[in-house]
Amino acid sequence: MNLFRNVVFVAAIAGLVAGVVLACMQAYATVPLILKAEVYEQAGGGHKHEHAAAPAANATDTNAMSTAASAPAEAAAPAEDEGWAPADGFERFAFSVLANIVTGIGFALVLVAVSEFAGGIGNWRQGVFWGLAGFAVFTLAPGLGLPPELPAMPAADLMPRQIWWVATVVATAIGLALIAFRTSAPLTVLAVVLIVAPHIVGAPQPDSFETPIPEGLHHQFVVAVTVTNLVFWLVLGAVIGVVRGRLTGTATSLRDSFA
Amino acid sequence: MNTASVSLGASVSSQSRFMQLVLSAFLGIFVIGVVGFSHIDAVHNAAHDYRHSMAFPCH
Repeated sequence: MNLFRNVVFVAAIAGLVAGVVLACMQAYATVPLILKAEVYEQAGGGHKHEHAAAPAANATDTNAMSTAASAPAEAAAPAEDEGWAPADGFERFAFSVLANIVTGIGFALVLVAVSEFAGGIGNWRQGVFWGLAGFAVFTLAPGLGLPPELPAMPAADLMPRQIWWVATVVATAIGLALIAFRTSAPLTVLAVVLIVAPHIVGAPQPDSFETPIPEGLHHQFVVAVTVTNLVFWLVLGAVIGVVRGRLTGTATSLRDSFA
Repeated sequence: MNTASVSLGASVSSQSRFMQLVLSAFLGIFVIGVVGFSHIDAVHNAAHDYRHSMAFPCH
């Protein structure tokens, strides 16, 4: 299991670095918007989604990250049984960081494994291009049909959306691979069909788009999510290239690589 | 990609190489699936902000 061990090693380092970078970006760019949206969610009283920001008793903390959410805590709808949730503030932030690192390693495992089939990511610059592909597959393509959503935004049932999300990611990945690694015209046409098809089928949409969330806030969130994910994927790819180059001792010169 | 022909596991047979890479990819998919897509309430709540920030389908 020599190869497996090396893949996990490279992915662990790259996922750790990129996950920490992403968590830091999220703390400034996306989490404040989520907390703002939860204010609308709780003020609206509708409480459409099945999670509580925190048990109402803890919701009056004064942590800087959650000041926005603390104001209307009294107005919150009585909590349904929603299971355990991390307390607002540090605990919630810590779990977000953990989720970022763990899935960062997950994404890195997929990226390293797939790129090994194509010869491997030889240096940071090739990594950046692989990162761009990952961004297109995991963020851009599913984000077209299912834009990043804030709490309190209407959405179709979870299961169909998850299925559409996964199907779109798979189809886009196969499509991009066909374009990049096969040279025949029919296969390229097939690739375009694969990439376009999920959007013709269309993502599951909610019955009504009515939401207390202001359009401006949502737009800001879509931009923040897309940009933070772009940086995450570029960092992930680049770090994989660097670590892998060190490991194999073959840091190829940038000049004679296509990228 | 032509200059990066040195593999991470140069000495393994091609069949073993294939299996190990597939195994790595599935491990990654499994990890993403649990953190990002699991319907277990506690897992959802713990990674809530992360799921929103990654535009994973949520709620």
